[in-house]
Amino acid sequence: MTDSLETAQNPERLRRVAIDPVTRVEGHGKVTLLIDEDNHVHQARLHIVEFRGFEKFIQGRPYWELPVVVQRLCGICPVSHHLAAAKATDQLVGVDQLTPTAEKIRRLMHLGQMLQSHALHFFHLSSPDLLFGYDDDVSHRNIVGVLADYPDIARQGILLRKYGQEVIRVTAGKRVHGTAAIPGGVNKHISREERDYLLGEIDRIIDWGAAAIGLAKRLFVEDIDHSRDFALIDTNMLGLIRDDGALDLYHGGLRARKPDGSMVFDHVDYRDYEQHIHEQVKPWSYMKFPYMTALGKEQGAYRVGPLARINNCEFIETPLAEAARADFRAFSDGGLMQSTLAYHWARMIELLYCAEGIKILLNDPDLLANDLVVKGEMQSTGIGVIEAPRGTLFHHYEIDDNGIVTRANLIVSTTNNNTAMNESIRRVANDLFDGRELTEAMLNSIEVAIRAYDPCLSCATHALGKMPLEVQLVAPDGSVRDRLYRHMDGVICQVD
Amino acid sequence: MQKNPVLVIGYGNPSRGDDAIGPSFLERLEALRFKDRDLDCFDTLTDFQLQVEHAMDMHGYEQVIFVDAAVNLDRPFRFEFLHAARDDSYSTHALNPAAVLAVYEQFYGIPSPESCLLSIRGERFDLGDDLSETAKASLDAALGFLAAHLMQSISPA
Repeated sequence: MTDSLETAQNPERLRRVAIDPVTRVEGHGKVTLLIDEDNHVHQARLHIVEFRGFEKFIQGRPYWELPVVVQRLCGICPVSHHLAAAKATDQLVGVDQLTPTAEKIRRLMHLGQMLQSHALHFFHLSSPDLLFGYDDDVSHRNIVGVLADYPDIARQGILLRKYGQEVIRVTAGKRVHGTAAIPGGVNKHISREERDYLLGEIDRIIDWGAAAIGLAKRLFVEDIDHSRDFALIDTNMLGLIRDDGALDLYHGGLRARKPDGSMVFDHVDYRDYEQHIHEQVKPWSYMKFPYMTALGKEQGAYRVGPLARINNCEFIETPLAEAARADFRAFSDGGLMQSTLAYHWARMIELLYCAEGIKILLNDPDLLANDLVVKGEMQSTGIGVIEAPRGTLFHHYEIDDNGIVTRANLIVSTTNNNTAMNESIRRVANDLFDGRELTEAMLNSIEVAIRAYDPCLSCATHALGKMPLEVQLVAPDGSVRDRLYRHMDGVICQVD
Repeated sequence: MQKNPVLVIGYGNPSRGDDAIGPSFLERLEALRFKDRDLDCFDTLTDFQLQVEHAMDMHGYEQVIFVDAAVNLDRPFRFEFLHAARDDSYSTHALNPAAVLAVYEQFYGIPSPESCLLSIRGERFDLGDDLSETAKASLDAALGFLAAHLMQSISPA
């Protein structure tokens, strides 16, 4: 149904509505709707309007720089790139198994990153929509509004994020531009004082994580029909899975399920990802459209991220998160939970898993040991895959005899969700827009659908003056019929 | 760890052309302090972008100065005092400085420290770009201005 809205038959006869850029997801994204005189939607697309050039940025650099330099690809999830690159360079230096201490420090860093990222997204980016409604005034529907109306919730969100960043600081050496993960291990150990400092807060963090699941579930269940159906699409789900089927965000094999829950593939060595995943190019977007080769371009798109991970795993090894996972899955009537808004609930289950996992690692005596690096025989290819906050992240490097990168291929989490995000906005356009006059709340509904995926589109350019919102109505003859401009301060004005 | 009365927060991505203006400014400011110890009145903090936790970083300081790249500036830099304002911007995973002040005031229930924004002119922001010549010249001008401002702030009245 929604696929029919990817490309209109006679676009020249339609007017265009552009949401540019999408708010509260990264900039450089734009949504366009082509609408006829009777307000019927003929085409809906999420465009990525910037060529990011990751591979060009990486090629020609020495392999040992990679874990540090790739953090600059993205100011939103630098730790994920740091660790994915470190895993790839482990292979380049011929290391298949890190020391227990090195692996646990990296895992701890990763859980800290996931926790702070999920807290930011749920409490600061999504909760204003979920708590106040999509049609709430824009001057109120933001984190400061949440602080005013729900101070305890907002404070917990801020402190959860702060705690996650402290975990990163302790494990990576710095809050940003950390250097701890190196080819074959880590270069920084954790002191007893640092461990005790993090342990001092962890029980409170776990309590808040449990409360966050309660809030996310309540917001989903309160209007269950809307939550189930809003931007609903049936998709395959892809992610890493541990050997025993447990949720694992740092390492595992690739698992993909069809919408009915059956496997497309399972426990695939991620170094063979190119046999299973290809990327399609479409002329209207700089972002590629990955699909599973076993199912082909038409049926092989998939979703990644919290919703896919909680659907894909058979259990979670930490008790509170496992109870929450079972409760979540009970709402999916035996199949996969496909509701796009369920991303928020799944995200909070992962947040609690991270908090519980941090406590387990902090109490592990291996964490304080000093055996940090393993060495091996140099290899020419390294592939690192990790479950980043937004989903599966692939880093693939090839180097020459001098250790210089000759080829790089990155599939970032948001790219993996590209088709799904497009399908979700088509579903919203089809359900809410068709035949009706446009309203600001309807446009925001598009953004709510995209925001559920927590996409990262710009990778951190944010200079002042670059983030307005502009909506254009274009007449069938191509002339601009109306133009609204929303300034940085939220003021909306008509442009002559 | 707070040591001084002024916090200078320079933010941006060091590998995105003139988005590196904030972090580069801090490096230059630190170098200036190394040469002139009389200037030792500030702490520095860098990040890719501003978020809610920076409200907590501000706590305890008398003055906070945000330093960022700006497009469409008609001069090398602009220095302005800030007032807390809700984040009605469309900046996604990043807040604007006034919104950080608003978060501070809501979080702590007290007025935020006196805060200023030093905007420095930039023009290109692509991944892998170096600082433009425009940005370098603007940085130099802004650095001289802020050094004088800091010296003035620590001089006896």
